[in-house]
Parts: sequence; C-alpha cells; structure tokens
Amino acid sequence: MHHESCIMNLDMLIKNGHIIDPANKVDEKLDILVSEGKISRLGKPGSIPANGAHVIDAAGKLVVPGLIDMHVHLREPGFEYKETISTGTAAAKAGGFTSVCCMPNTNPINDNRSVTEFILSQARFAAARVYPIGAITKGSKGEELAEMAELHSAGCRAISDDGKPVANAAIMRRALEYSKIFDMLVISHCEDSALAAKGVMNEGIVSTELGLRGIPRAAEDVMTSRDISLAELSGGRLHIAHVSTAGAVRMIRDAKSRGVKVTAETCPHYFSLTEEAVRGYNTMAKMNPPLRTSDDVVALKEGLKDGTIDVIVTDHAPHAADEKAGEFDYAPFGIVGIETSLGLTLKLVDEGVLSIAEAIRKLTAQPAAILKIDKGTLSAGSDADITIIDLSEEWVVDSSCFKSKSKNTPFNGWKLKGRAVQTIVGGKS
Amino acid sequence: MSLSTKDLLGIKSMTADEIKLILDTALTFKDVSERDIKKVPALRGKTVINLFYEASTRTRTSFELAGKRLSADVINISTSTSSVVKGETLLDTARNIEAMKCDMIIVRHSCSGAPEYLSKRLKSSVINAGDGFHEHPTQALLDMFTIREKLGKLEGLTVAIVGDIMHSRVARSNIYGLIAMGAKVRVCGPPTMIPPGLECMGAQVYYDMDKAVEGADVVMMLRLQLERQAAGLFPGVREYARLFGLNQQRLSGAAKHALVMHPGPMNRGVEISSEVADNTPVILEQVTNGVAVRMAVMFLLSGGTKAEA
Repeated sequence: MHHESCIMNLDMLIKNGHIIDPANKVDEKLDILVSEGKISRLGKPGSIPANGAHVIDAAGKLVVPGLIDMHVHLREPGFEYKETISTGTAAAKAGGFTSVCCMPNTNPINDNRSVTEFILSQARFAAARVYPIGAITKGSKGEELAEMAELHSAGCRAISDDGKPVANAAIMRRALEYSKIFDMLVISHCEDSALAAKGVMNEGIVSTELGLRGIPRAAEDVMTSRDISLAELSGGRLHIAHVSTAGAVRMIRDAKSRGVKVTAETCPHYFSLTEEAVRGYNTMAKMNPPLRTSDDVVALKEGLKDGTIDVIVTDHAPHAADEKAGEFDYAPFGIVGIETSLGLTLKLVDEGVLSIAEAIRKLTAQPAAILKIDKGTLSAGSDADITIIDLSEEWVVDSSCFKSKSKNTPFNGWKLKGRAVQTIVGGKS
Repeated sequence: MSLSTKDLLGIKSMTADEIKLILDTALTFKDVSERDIKKVPALRGKTVINLFYEASTRTRTSFELAGKRLSADVINISTSTSSVVKGETLLDTARNIEAMKCDMIIVRHSCSGAPEYLSKRLKSSVINAGDGFHEHPTQALLDMFTIREKLGKLEGLTVAIVGDIMHSRVARSNIYGLIAMGAKVRVCGPPTMIPPGLECMGAQVYYDMDKAVEGADVVMMLRLQLERQAAGLFPGVREYARLFGLNQQRLSGAAKHALVMHPGPMNRGVEISSEVADNTPVILEQVTNGVAVRMAVMFLLSGGTKAEA
C-alpha cells in the first residue's frame, strides 16, 4: 500500500503517444505531463523533460481523454449480488472508462438526496468517477416529479426513469419544463408500454418463428416522437436513451434539423447484432429495447456517421448467471457491456463508419458536453483522466475474465481488435 | 431407418423423410390400440416422465397411454403438485428427475423454448408436448397422420388453418410440416392474430375466410382464447364467429371431400358450429391417432427402427 501510494503521487509523463482530443481538435503525436492529478502540459515528443516523473512509453498507441459511459447500471444499493459500485467501476476502468453515469433504478430508487449521497460516498473508493442520475419521478412510478433541486444539489446532472418510460405525457412535459431551472438533462427511455406489452424480443419473423411475444419498433418510435414534441413544447434538454430503431434515428435527425434541443445515444449491441442473435432462445440477446433488424443497424450506423446519434453508451446491465439461465420469457432484460464497448466501437472505425476521432468524440467530448461536466478533454489544467489504447491488439472476449460481477454478454468468444491498455483516473493508473 | 436426434423439439428442423418415418411407424402402432391387449413390450424397462407446466388433459393422457402401451413406466408431474411452487428452477427440477434415472422427459411449458433449453442440458430424450406459441410437434404429426389416412396423401393438398395463428403452436408446427410434405398452406384469421413473416414460412395469408376455405381439402380450426378480446384482438365472440367461424354454409365452399379438424378443446358456436363439429368424425379420430403417433415418436427416439415396430 505504501509503495503504491508513492507511485501514485509521482508526476507522470506519457511519451510518444498519438493524442486524439476531439474537443480541442488535437490529432498528433504529443507528450503529456501529469502533475498532482491534473494535466499539466502537452508538448512535442521529447520536448518535456521527465524530471523524475514516472514515464509511460505510449509509442504506437493512442492517448485519448478518459472514456465516459453515460448509461450504466451499477446496481448498488439493492442489487449488490449483480454488481457493486466497486466492481462496476473496476469493469469500467478495465474497459477504458474513467467516468460513468449510473441509472437510478436501484433499491431504493435514486429519487432523493440520501440515495445520491450514498452512491457518491461509495464512489469515493471507486476505480472510476461516478455521476449518479436521479429519477424523474418519485419511485420512477411516473406519477409525481422527484425533488429535482435536491437531486441536483446532491450531484445529479441528469434525471431519468430508465427501465421504464414516463407513460404520462403531462408529467414528462412538466419534468422537461421544471428541469430548465437547473439546466438538468432529461434522459428518456422511449417505450410505449401498451405497445411493448409483454414482449421479450423484436416483433418480426424471428419472434414469429420462435413463438416469443414481440415488441414492435413502433413502441419506441411512438414515444420518441412524443418526447421530441414535448422537448419542443417545453424547451427542456432531452436526451434519448439507447436508440435502436431506424424510425427513431429519422425522427431525431429531423428534430435536430429543426433546432429542437435533443441529443441521442445508442449502444454497441444495437449496431453489432440483430434479432437473429435471439435464436436458440439466447437470453444473452435479451435486452430492452430489443435487438432489431439489419435495416435498423444500417440506420443506426448512418445516424452515428452523420451525427444524429451523439453518444455511444453501453446500458451496462449486470444480471446474475442464475437469472439469465432458464426460460427466455423469465430472464431479465439487459447485458453487461462496459468491457467490450471500446472494442465493438472500434469495429465501426474498421468498417469506415466513423473516423477514429469521431468514435473517440462519441465516447468522450460528446457525453461530457451533453452532461455539462468538465470532462472528456486533455486540456491543460483538466483532471488527468486518460485512456491509452492499443489499436492493433487483437483479443478474444472471455467473460470469465470480466471485472464486472456479472458475465451476461452476447459477445463472449468474439474476436475484437483494439483495447484500452491503461486507464488513468485523476493521474492514478 | 431411425431418428437421428435425441429429442423431438419441433417440426421446423425435420426433413420430409423423418416426418414420413414417424407417420409410417405410427401406422404399425395404430392397431395396437385396437386390440384387446393394448400393449407391446417395445419400451419395457424404460422410464418416461410427463413434466407438464401447463394444464392439459388430452395431450398428457395421450402421452401417458402411448408410454404405457409401449410398456414404459410413466410418471406424471404437473406444476400444482411439484416443487415449482416452491420456486425451484426448471433445470433443477429436470435434473432431479433425471437423477432418478429416467429415459425420456415429455415437457409442456407456457414458455417458448423451454423444451429446447432442457434438451441441451439433459441426457434424457426430450419431447416437446407444446411450448408457448412455438411448436407442438406431436399435434402436427397426428394431424398429418390423420390427413394422410383419410385422403391418402399430403402432397398437393390445400390446407386452410383458421383462427388465432399468432398464439398457436399448433399452427406453426402444421405450417412447417405440411409445407415440408408438399401441401399448400393457407392461414386465415383477423390481422390482429396473424403474426409477421408467415409468408416467409411459405404460407399464404387470408383475412377472408370464404376465400381461404374455397376448394380446400382440409379446414383446420384453431381454438379461440376468449381472453384475447380484452387485449383488443377481436371485438367480440359474435363478430368473430361471423367472420372466422366454420359453419355448414361456409364449409360448402371447400372441396367435397374436405376434412374438418380441430386440435381441441372446441368452443362450440365460436370457431366451429355444433352442426359442423358433430358431423365430422375426424376430430375424434385425431385424438385416437394421437396415441399411435406418440407411440411412434417415443419408440423411434429410444432407438427403435421402423422395421422393429
């Protein structure tokens, strides 16, 4: 312990790396000096003397702002058997993420100051920074607004009833209006509950063949349309969570072109898999919204490319092995993702969908800007949250090696290229 | 020839030859049930478990009789009397049963895929006795057996399946099987009960029952679950019967020799008029044939060949 703390207190010089800092439009070889947990300066390779700093040779590697995942479930408090703030942030760090936003569907729900404060107190010892997201409504029941001022002053930068839609349009309207006091981001889980009904996968030929209840794409589109209208009406800042359909991409693109304050995210599984992955009643392919069709995958990639979709998140949703075993109908929705997100996102770079700088922007500067947090850049003076990526490393996903407490991934055994080799949080690696 | 698989999970993955093998084998078993002594020693010493997570009288009894007529020891387990109510998982229940050394587990479950899930994890043969809205393979086999017995063939026939296709495992298994055997399949029902993608399976979709029945060699009616009304799938029984109920007048549009079938239990006056139901002997013959077909399936899955049957 003593030895480790000595190293952590040292200055750090990251040499010869290829820096990509989209917020500052930096894309070149630079050295970075880290001092007292902050980025002290950047300079041409060889221009900064080590002066006793711990030297990290990043030759041949990418050096980028610490990655941000603005949509994860850390499960604490209440579901510590699935994940804890400690294991979830360890997983984040292993995946290259230095900051995560945790959704409020814990037990108790994070709809009040004391739960937010509990999360933040647990996060003091965490491997990555934790930004709690508060609930939109009390108990996420969709009935009355949660105390937004309390949540905001306790540290929430966004609110969401994620996992559930706010079914009542009037309540959603009021949430978006009231959020303007604090410039709070409202994150919407767009799903029409009546249309989704008891569905467990995308509605289509595969659900017909498997005899599983389908969730039509319209269940997402209808609510996306509603919330865009409400954002327009209220002037609040709306962020659409886990976009999975071509229709939602189209509507968000249109709304942005009209100047509506709306941003959007999608997850690696929605652009990497289709409903075909459910065949064999694979519960690892069960999530909400469900995996869609190849047409939707094409539309999501277009949306990522043209900027309609601002952010890539994981919706990291740990569940215990026993819960994901058994009947498909009974398995809970959701998969872990934070340790495979970067590798799957880099596939988009290989495919030519995104440039490397655009991919990194969607994992750093964009979520930081949407959340209005002072993160996601390598500007001098900012916190030294830095991810070093080896783009050439080929690796095979092995869920048994995950730092996450849960192993529920559909990507086990996938060969990926590119991986975070070092994740530095506040100057500590 | 014998079946190459350990389990019978669905018709979708079966070849025409495999279906024909089962139907041919069932023919030789059919007369066992007609004898005074309704028993052959084919499965003597084998243990068969009926594991039913959903209420059933007809299918469970049919499997039980089939097993007993093959001299197997048959045990029935249903949810109300099992450890399921204590919260035991499906797999734990099945593994406990297997630990008592059984050879075959017949599973009915309200969740699609439950038999497939067990089959991958158990050494015993698993027979799907109906899973969710997925498949009910022995029902389709007994339907095909009955059609072949009555009309002499399957190839080239036109079969209309009418009713709630979306929630019907019987419909799915019959679509796969009949198409594999060279029949033409029409499906008919309100659009609210027609799931997407049926054309991709090779079926033609009709909303007009008269057109669906026109010239058909077989009219297969499905049971209407009355609780679907609350989900908005149809406005009421009266209108449903008017649009999708089989009555004598509507049946007159079918081929002269047309068979009327129903997997049971029937809602008289809803999907089928009593007049039609009571004038067709086929619906009860389906039940009779069910025993023979299930004997054939159990026999073939336990390694028997048609020549030994």
